[in-house]
Amino acid sequence: VSLELAVAAALFVGVLAYALFGGADFGSGFYDLTAGGSRRGAELRTQVDRSIGPVWEANHVWLIYVLVTWWTGFPESFAAAMSTLILPMLLALLGIVLRGAAFAFRKYAATLRQAQLFGAVFAGASLITPFFLGTVAGGIASGRVPATGRGDLWSSWLNPTSIFGGIIAVGTCAFLAGVFLVADAGRAGHDRLAAALRVRTLAVGVVTGVVVFAALLPLREDAPTLWAGLTGRALPLVALSAVAGAATLALLAVRRAAVARLTALAAVASVVSGWGVGQYPWLLVDEVRIAEAGGADATLAALLVAVGLAAVIVLPALTYLYVLTQSRAWAR
Amino acid sequence: MLEVLVTHLAQVEPEGLLPARQQMALSLGWHIVLACFGVAFPAMILLAHWRGVHRGDEVALGLAKRWAKCSAVLFAIGAVSGTVLSFEMGLLWPGLMGRFGDVLGLPFAFEGLSFFVEAIFLGIYLYGWGRMPPRRHLLMLLPMTVAGVFGTYCVVSVNAWMNFPTGFDIVDGEVVDVEPWAVLLSDQAFWQFLHMWIAAYMVVGFTVAAVYAVGMLRGRRDRHHRLGFTVPFVFASVAAVAQPFVGHFLGLRVADQQPAKLAAFELAVETERPSPLRIGGVLIDGEVRWALDIPVLGSVIARNSFLEPVQGLETIPADQQPPVNLTHLAFQSMVGIGTLLMLGVLLFWLARWRRRDLLEQRWFLRAAVVAAPLAVVALEAGWIATEVGRQPWVVYGVLRTSEAAGDNGWLWWLLGATAVLYTLLTIGAVVVLRSMARRWRAGEEDLPSPYGPQLADAARPEEVDR
Repeated sequence: VSLELAVAAALFVGVLAYALFGGADFGSGFYDLTAGGSRRGAELRTQVDRSIGPVWEANHVWLIYVLVTWWTGFPESFAAAMSTLILPMLLALLGIVLRGAAFAFRKYAATLRQAQLFGAVFAGASLITPFFLGTVAGGIASGRVPATGRGDLWSSWLNPTSIFGGIIAVGTCAFLAGVFLVADAGRAGHDRLAAALRVRTLAVGVVTGVVVFAALLPLREDAPTLWAGLTGRALPLVALSAVAGAATLALLAVRRAAVARLTALAAVASVVSGWGVGQYPWLLVDEVRIAEAGGADATLAALLVAVGLAAVIVLPALTYLYVLTQSRAWAR
Repeated sequence: MLEVLVTHLAQVEPEGLLPARQQMALSLGWHIVLACFGVAFPAMILLAHWRGVHRGDEVALGLAKRWAKCSAVLFAIGAVSGTVLSFEMGLLWPGLMGRFGDVLGLPFAFEGLSFFVEAIFLGIYLYGWGRMPPRRHLLMLLPMTVAGVFGTYCVVSVNAWMNFPTGFDIVDGEVVDVEPWAVLLSDQAFWQFLHMWIAAYMVVGFTVAAVYAVGMLRGRRDRHHRLGFTVPFVFASVAAVAQPFVGHFLGLRVADQQPAKLAAFELAVETERPSPLRIGGVLIDGEVRWALDIPVLGSVIARNSFLEPVQGLETIPADQQPPVNLTHLAFQSMVGIGTLLMLGVLLFWLARWRRRDLLEQRWFLRAAVVAAPLAVVALEAGWIATEVGRQPWVVYGVLRTSEAAGDNGWLWWLLGATAVLYTLLTIGAVVVLRSMARRWRAGEEDLPSPYGPQLADAARPEEVDR
């Protein structure tokens, strides 16, 4: 395994972790936004607060990890992608800022009116962030970011692959969040809330599943390289995502939300990995291969040391956080 | 003729340069205050919480609880405004990141690592009240505190590298022989880190102390306010006394490394041996006006010598000079405020040693309130001095800022939007934090969310809306 490939793998692990854990936090904004009036939605919004409150900042750091690993490991492609996709990047960034700030403000808001304002900002921002990050992924995967310099400011992210990428990102985030919220509400003994969330998560799951597979059709024309990968090397992952997604829906239907968390993670992980494996060996599709894009070898090696340290220091701490927050004692 | 042409070429700047610089200044200037809280606040909470748990001090425990809630708000906006900077590195400075990303990237990777640790244990700590054994809960602050310090070191080391580039060579315009660890391990990084770390304790210490000074001025003279003042003030005091020394040693390095910056700091238009200390003053049409010169002191302070001169601006080509007035005034504001704050804390502790309590004096409390914005101004002025003083370079002597910027004329719109956004966020944070303080004074302790489940069964809105 070359240094470049090892760093690219570490980078992709970050993308995957952000999609799964950051995604589940963003997705909860969908249920918050559609929870209804302040009286009817109070219980659900409190649950959202409980579920993502202790973890969202830690999950958010995966994004920082991805950015830093990218610019350190593959600096020229980072500069090219940032210059080309500056608009969706800025819009995603706006969402990130508004989501985090409004979430913290809402928790300590003094009046209902303030909480409503901050809550609407939090929930809306939670939806636009994954959408725009999805369009970024679509722009790269469809070969619209050139190796150096700048591609088209608009068509690089306003194209079929990007738009589907955005919708899929929102859908998978909402699906993951729904499964986690159902499990959290059930563990806390809020059975009515869990039942209401279950129905909505099932609906989100079905719609997202349909969109994911419908999106494959335009890919053939719009992103032929990715299409070839998805129908070739990455086909097992595509199949796995279908199976895991269906299993999640079935488990939710029979009220086994705790187990459904695992299958939901597997479903989304295989969709995201499908993209990664599908566009391999390209870093920027049709433009730069991973093997050609690496920075200095000494830096790549040092970066792997940092990643190794992260695995030793961060992963146990992160596990401890998840174990605590998913425990019964913390559910109340 | 050729010379004229070269100067002219140097002045052709990409459209995105000035707005990009302003954008970076705004987002960095806003974030740095919150970053200070991320670095220094956990240590203060740790001290208060430790007293609460190990000495059974209920007042201290109460302070720790409230500070933790405030930090939840401050750290959240600190985390997102820090993310803004991560994006902006690439969005605004493709010429820097594309060419030097693999030279300067490693410290950021380690900073990311410490940010992970901070965020994880922050989550555990904030939600751990009443859910964990008290002593273990207290321990959660330790990794946060350490990670904050280490993260500061990493980020500052990148800035140190921009001032004093190391760890690479340039052969035929290509960056070669990259040594990624060199950035992390340079002397310059150590001294700059020390300066920033101490500054963080000053900013947070004076700010938190000021909150309780206001309370005492309004007649709230209980132990809660005394302790709430004293804990952060102790941190601020140690920092304010140490800072001038660290600043002095850091300043001595500037003479060798960036003579143009030192000349601007000292407003040295011509090399004078020995150099005077020039207080105030503005450079207009090449002449210094309205300055107060103290002979020899400039050499003493800037060069640690009675004779060594401050190299004057006349020795530096015009296209390599920083904006002199802004650099000079920012630098002197920082030094002036820093000196004032040091004298202030010395006065307080001297009086205390002579058994006089200045907290009984309204003038001192007023001064303690003013110290908070002053500390923030000194922090901002310091960053303006070092960043503007490095211009026209982004990487000193290697890469001009104009070469790093992209070609985005419309960035002015982004700057306007960002200014609006950050103003709204500031208002939001102030409104929420003040409302928290108001409810605490009214006797509420837990601050339940107003949309909480009680809405579903009780008619609370009227009560809450009051």
